Amino acid sequence: MNKQTKNNLITYGIVIAFYIIFEILILTGHLSSHMKGLLVPMTYYAVIAVALNLCVGILGELSIGHCGFMCIGAFASAFFSKVTEESLPTAPRFILAFIIGIAFAALFGFLIGIPVLRLKGDYLAIVTLAFGEIIKNVINAFYIGIDSNGLHFSMKSSMELGMEKDGNIIVNGAMGITGTPHNSSFTIGIIVLLIALFVVQNLIASRDGRAIMAIRDNYIAAEACGVNVTSYKMMAFTISAAIAGAAGVLFSHNITTLTASSQYFGYNASIMILVYVVLGGIGNIRGSVIAACILYLLPELLRGFSTYRMLIYSIVLIVMMIINWSPKVIEWRKRTFGRFSFKKAGAKEAV
Amino acid sequence: MKKFNRVFSAAMAFALSATMLAGCGDTAPASTEGAAETAADAQTDAQASSEAAPAASGATFKFGAIGPLTGAAAAYGNAVVNGAQIAVDEINAAGGIGGYQIEYKGEDDELNAEKSVNAYNTLKDWGMQILIGSTTSACSIAVSENTKADNMFQITPSGSAEDCVKYDNVFRVCFSDPNQGIASAQYINDHNLATKVGIIYDNSDVYSSGIYQKFVEESEGKNYEIVSAEAYTQDNNTDFSVQLQKAKDAGADLVFLPIYYSDASLILTQANTMGYAPTFFGVDGMDGILSVENFDTSLAEGLMLLTPFAADATDDLTVNFVKQYNDKYSETPNQFAADAYDAVYIVKTAMESAGVTPDMSISDMCEALKTAMTQIEATGLTSAKMTWEATGEPNKEPKAVVIKDGAYVSAE
Amino acid sequence: MSFLTYLINGLSLGSIYAIIALGYTMVYGIAKMLNFAHGDFIMVGCYIIFSVSGAMSGNSAVGIIVAIILCTLLGVTTEFVAYRPLRGASSPLAVLITAIGVSYLLENIALLIYGADIKSFSSVVKWEGLSLAGGQLQIQGVTIVTIVISVVILIALQLFINRTKQGQAMLAASEDKGAAALMGINVNRTIALTFAIGSALAAIAGALLCSAYPSLSPYTGAMPGIKAFVAAVLGGIGSIPGAMIGGLVLGIVEILSKTYISSQLSDAIVFGILVVVLLVRPTGILGKKVQEKV
Repeated sequence: MNKQTKNNLITYGIVIAFYIIFEILILTGHLSSHMKGLLVPMTYYAVIAVALNLCVGILGELSIGHCGFMCIGAFASAFFSKVTEESLPTAPRFILAFIIGIAFAALFGFLIGIPVLRLKGDYLAIVTLAFGEIIKNVINAFYIGIDSNGLHFSMKSSMELGMEKDGNIIVNGAMGITGTPHNSSFTIGIIVLLIALFVVQNLIASRDGRAIMAIRDNYIAAEACGVNVTSYKMMAFTISAAIAGAAGVLFSHNITTLTASSQYFGYNASIMILVYVVLGGIGNIRGSVIAACILYLLPELLRGFSTYRMLIYSIVLIVMMIINWSPKVIEWRKRTFGRFSFKKAGAKEAV
Repeated sequence: MKKFNRVFSAAMAFALSATMLAGCGDTAPASTEGAAETAADAQTDAQASSEAAPAASGATFKFGAIGPLTGAAAAYGNAVVNGAQIAVDEINAAGGIGGYQIEYKGEDDELNAEKSVNAYNTLKDWGMQILIGSTTSACSIAVSENTKADNMFQITPSGSAEDCVKYDNVFRVCFSDPNQGIASAQYINDHNLATKVGIIYDNSDVYSSGIYQKFVEESEGKNYEIVSAEAYTQDNNTDFSVQLQKAKDAGADLVFLPIYYSDASLILTQANTMGYAPTFFGVDGMDGILSVENFDTSLAEGLMLLTPFAADATDDLTVNFVKQYNDKYSETPNQFAADAYDAVYIVKTAMESAGVTPDMSISDMCEALKTAMTQIEATGLTSAKMTWEATGEPNKEPKAVVIKDGAYVSAE
Repeated sequence: MSFLTYLINGLSLGSIYAIIALGYTMVYGIAKMLNFAHGDFIMVGCYIIFSVSGAMSGNSAVGIIVAIILCTLLGVTTEFVAYRPLRGASSPLAVLITAIGVSYLLENIALLIYGADIKSFSSVVKWEGLSLAGGQLQIQGVTIVTIVISVVILIALQLFINRTKQGQAMLAASEDKGAAALMGINVNRTIALTFAIGSALAAIAGALLCSAYPSLSPYTGAMPGIKAFVAAVLGGIGSIPGAMIGGLVLGIVEILSKTYISSQLSDAIVFGILVVVLLVRPTGILGKKVQEKV
């Protein structure tokens, strides 16, 4: 077994161990409702952190609009679930919802990728931010209703739909979609996370993955070696968008009100995901999962501090960044703890 | 070396999270095995302590409130949490409900439905029996799924969207959005306030677009005509020159503002700068505009609003409430605070009528209160007489007020 | 005539974006970092002016001076405590995330001190403005003042950067920190100076932002900050005249799209135009095209 496979297995192991521990805690009644409620969000934030790490860490392009793809996945799947709630049984409906959510997110990832990936650096970042905001704004102006005559669509207001009396407005502009069936569970979240990890880790280990990382490290050299830069970039970006869409499906089926508002899908939310990725280690998939869980938990666990909660959170964020990334601190750590590093690393390998 | 760095980073993260957990649970063991274990241990501790708490503290009612205490909507959440606090303090000082004291706790949801559910679960772990919240509509709807599942009694002070009360265990204090849209349209029609109406609304907000939709539907066949309806979003709420200019160009003599006072204060200022002076007509979110610090209240002269609460009303109840709120939080309370204050008293009335005691299970308490709610008649800041349908909707009269000389005056 | 009115409204909004973008682009151009907290420096500046003017019974001049001094100190301190340790980190993203942390920190401190409720800000510009074409066209005083101040700042910055030793040091540091250090330039001090100037500009921009749109909350700076960032990118980030042009273009486009296309979709249209401009000119309107080498 080579080192990479082993590393990947450790990642799956951690996720599965995490799942088993929490399942046991739930079954034995040792988990508070607060903690139980946090489990599903933790899984979908871990999923989207993995997706963003594929884009930022492996492809090397900074995206600050990834929640836009999550938004598309969430709305497409919630719309489907709402329409077919009566006509389909839960299990196949939820699977279809996943396929639809992922497919839509991937489609938009592809379409948005065409212009975005022509740009570089900060310009690329700002365009992803722009697309994230565009998606949010456009969905806020969507009105879709269904009645005996079929679907009605408007971009202006619900009155323009011209619905029959028996009609049912499904997407109602800023009021979004309410009453999506509550299908996400911790088990499904973990399965999605494992699939996302499987896809990304296998991609990294594959020939395609090496091509993508070659582009990240030096695209001119990669191009000179015959790597088709555009198509590999598109591939990574689309996969990343698709995984973000899967996170969106989990999201929309976890809370029953879905609105395209800044709290969930704005640039601030995208930046939060970026924080998970950077603190977990850029390009380190396992790190993203762990960081997403810890950083999602942190403000929740700080609830005891009431009004000082977010203040403490921001200070912790700054301190963690400096400790983890500052060249001086890293050097100091090496000098002080250098002697133990071999032993510690060895111990880690043994796990 | 690289590996060491990674190990170190992970260790740092674990250590930090462990410290945090320690702050939350009472004594988190100094575990370094991994975040999962640490989290689990601390949670078990927290669980144990929360289970022990109600037994130890004896018979008290536990009320929880949820609202955005940080973030852009923090003003509303703080008002709700503080308003309810004042009611709880008063009741406790007066001997509690049926002799039982109330314990009270407010939690933050950052205007995020997901966080609102988290806040609900936190309060549940703490032992909450009655939920006053959530403050905002989308959050309230999301939380109602959970209160329904737990069959906990929920009363939202200000969740005005139709769906907030779709379950039978949820009641509300404020008017519903459709109700406000309809009432506004009728009021403008009945009092011949305008011939041409312009609307400025927030299409990124559930509350505002809900009222807007109903208002437009209801305006069909009324004695005025809607000549402009322009939207803005929360990402774009500084410049209103276009929306105002369009209303002005269309000749609107009344501008309907189904929005909150924070944005409205800017609209009034900008209308003044461009020399446009129609009648402005707001709904309950407009209350609070006169207490914006440093706001030139002359700009709001002639502003009409349909609101259940006015902070400078002279009845004893309001005067007392405003004074206490001012003393405690050095702010003038707005409609959110008043709704929350009323919510606590409504629960008190219902509890007394149903003879609820703290040792009842959450579900039994909810069933008893559900029945009691349809029978009681409550008096409060937001109406002299309120009754409830089994659907959760309140029956109360909206009051139209107009601002004259920097104060609210009844428009009747 | 109504088109002209809308154009002037666009100009008012654009001038505000421009003056914020100047500070943004200054820091980005020299220190090569996106200071996401810039919008929050603006908010801090506004609160200082609000408090000081309140205490001095409405004397805003003192307030502005105090705000400029305190914001400069805040900028330099932030740079020293939060950004400098991360200079030379293996990824430029590290400092970006720290900037976000600083942004949350400032917002939450303001929330704790001033509370969440909005405050109404008294304009620091008392002049009513111009009335043209027999009162049919109104240009607000604050718009004219903002444009004049932006142009003055623009010229001053250009002169400072191109004509003074410190300015040349900044240019050198932005090109290549290592080589600049070898030439005897104190890179840390140069970047600290950049932050000082950028933060002072934030205080001025804050005074004008809140004079034009007089509502002040802990989140006042966030969205204008992002919009100004977009403006800076539109104009070609790092280019000082570009920031000015980008700001004005963004403001005018925003107003005109709200007027003639849809007020519901104006955000989408503004960002859509940004995308189109960047596709035609991948480094913005005035951005320099950098040839990458292997």
